[in-house]
Amino acid sequence: MATNTQPQDITVSRSRLVHELKGVYTIWYRDVLRFVRDRSRIFGSLAQPLLFLFALGFGVGQLGRAGLGGLPPNVPYIVFLYPGILCMTALFTALFSAVSIVWDREFGFLREVLVAPVSRISVALGKVAGGSTIAMIQAALIMLLGPLLGVHYDFVRVVLMLLTLLLLAAVISSLGILIAARQKTMEGFQVIMQFLLLPMLFLSGAFFPLTGGGGTPALILRTVAQINPMTYGVEAMRQIALSGQLPSALFLHSPGVDVLFLLGFFVVFLVPAVLLFSKQD
Amino acid sequence: MPVIEVRDLSRKFGDFTAVNGVSFEVEQGEIIGFLGPNGAGKTTTINMLCTLLKPTGGSASVNGFDVASRQDMVRRSIGLIFQDPTLDERLTGWQNLQFHAMLYDVPAAVFESRAKELLEMVELTDKVKESVKAFSGGMKRRLEIARGLLHHPKVLFLDEPTIGLDPQTRRHIWEYLVKVRDQERLTLFLTTHYMDEAEIADRIAIIDHGDIVALDTPSKLKAMVGGDVVTLCTDDDERAQRVLAGLGVTPTKRDDGLRVEIDHGDRFIPLVLGAMSAATPPVTITSVNLRRPTLEDVFVKLTGRAIRDEEADQMESMRRSRMMRGGGRR
Ligand SMILES: Nc1ncnc2c1ncn2[C@@H]1O[C@H](COP(=O)(O)OP(=O)(O)OP(=O)(O)O)[C@@H](O)[C@H]1O
Ligand SMILES: [Mg+2]
Repeated sequence: MATNTQPQDITVSRSRLVHELKGVYTIWYRDVLRFVRDRSRIFGSLAQPLLFLFALGFGVGQLGRAGLGGLPPNVPYIVFLYPGILCMTALFTALFSAVSIVWDREFGFLREVLVAPVSRISVALGKVAGGSTIAMIQAALIMLLGPLLGVHYDFVRVVLMLLTLLLLAAVISSLGILIAARQKTMEGFQVIMQFLLLPMLFLSGAFFPLTGGGGTPALILRTVAQINPMTYGVEAMRQIALSGQLPSALFLHSPGVDVLFLLGFFVVFLVPAVLLFSKQD
Repeated sequence: MPVIEVRDLSRKFGDFTAVNGVSFEVEQGEIIGFLGPNGAGKTTTINMLCTLLKPTGGSASVNGFDVASRQDMVRRSIGLIFQDPTLDERLTGWQNLQFHAMLYDVPAAVFESRAKELLEMVELTDKVKESVKAFSGGMKRRLEIARGLLHHPKVLFLDEPTIGLDPQTRRHIWEYLVKVRDQERLTLFLTTHYMDEAEIADRIAIIDHGDIVALDTPSKLKAMVGGDVVTLCTDDDERAQRVLAGLGVTPTKRDDGLRVEIDHGDRFIPLVLGAMSAATPPVTITSVNLRRPTLEDVFVKLTGRAIRDEEADQMESMRRSRMMRGGGRR
């Protein structure tokens, strides 16, 4: 076996790391390019969060304050809901962009990527980066509504909100890649998504405070919510977007602790996602 | 030094052996063809050589790099045209090429000129700004060929590169590829079950049930069959077989009649006709066919089966319809 002979005419000009970073960038770039090229998808996926925001916001808002214990009188329900909708947008977009790996596999494109001289670690990282970026942009479009609803923006707040969205989206993207890494067919993946997406949304406190009410059901809800990464994203986002307007009794943790939890989830999902994806058949 | 070296390479899926310890070498600039029926192990072999699948036995190197331990270098040395299309349909032709160049670290300046030259060759210069979704099957294949050559690979793997294309497009594609081979000393590794396509290869490996049953130049392979192929249809094959035995030949009975491999078939036919009518009662011959041996005949001789029997055709049409519904294969 002539495995150690060195052909002269292949020169690896850059260092390995720069090359791999460029690989991450390339995968990220493709996802963003596809997103930007597809206007109908951008506007189409704004419809759902807007529907939730207005139907729930004004609908539930009418019920009066009785059912929404702990919400101060000067904060309308729609304003309380709004950060939850931002997180929901990030959740949907990030999870569905992870689907695109299964999609690419089914349509063959993934092979073009997998035989390229870029490690699969970089491919997985590029995918997570791409999904997170798209999810953040999508949610940022909803953020434009904030001032109309009476949410006050200043520079620092906007930056913190965007960073929170990015972190949440990175957590969700990693989870999506983890699920998609070995998935060969769309069908199987869609089933998993159905069992994940809606529970993650409804058991996150996006629509109501998790701290409200005593009794066993509320306790169960609170407990389940605490293993849901969405919960921490919603909490952090709500406290940053509406800081000073809501009592801290409405939250399980301070925003700093929430962010730490999100970072923890990120590592816990990303590492196995990358390892699984890197496994050669 | 051979550009591809394969030693006892095998791959199992569970208990099933898809590739059963194959060995061969390919020199730089050579065109090697893998010819075999559906499920013979052609794609599995390519997948191992291009680092998509781990071998379960044996070893292989491409461009001097071991496919298991030097994957990154193997990948830099090869280009691939897969059995199923692998373009991003949502991007334009040019964006697909750009993406490839970025993944393979082709510098921007080199990329521009190389891409233009290749697009010129595959006659896609006018179309390249359009979305790939709007491309025909032949255009997609041509774009994939341009993309596969973009980074100056040493070996281009082509897994049934012209499947589903019309004869004219197929001919064009082979013209491009042979041209690049001549210009750049590119090695082509192709699989096919089109006989005429296999003839392009300098050497052909006939593969069946994961084994290479023969590996040689097309003319030497055909010489194995010996002389000409004469096919006879009669009203009584059993008696005809006895008459032929009397002439010192043993025919094989096949769907299309009795097949005889013989030197100087043109002189043999009058003898047969005479012997058949001299038999009591005479055997009626309904048709006679004389032709030079094809690779199909070689395959039949080596395996006792046709390369494209009915079953294989059914599998093929199933595979096609799966592709049309968008279901590719890893
Ligand atoms: N991932 C897999 N898991 C299990 N079996 C597999 C897998 N991939 C291939 N096989 C089996 O291995 C055998 C060889 O398959 P392969 O795709 O290499 O055939 P092929 O010669 O390329 O056929 P075709 O002409 O249909 O493309 C087939 O019987 C196939 O079913
Ligand atoms: Mg195949």
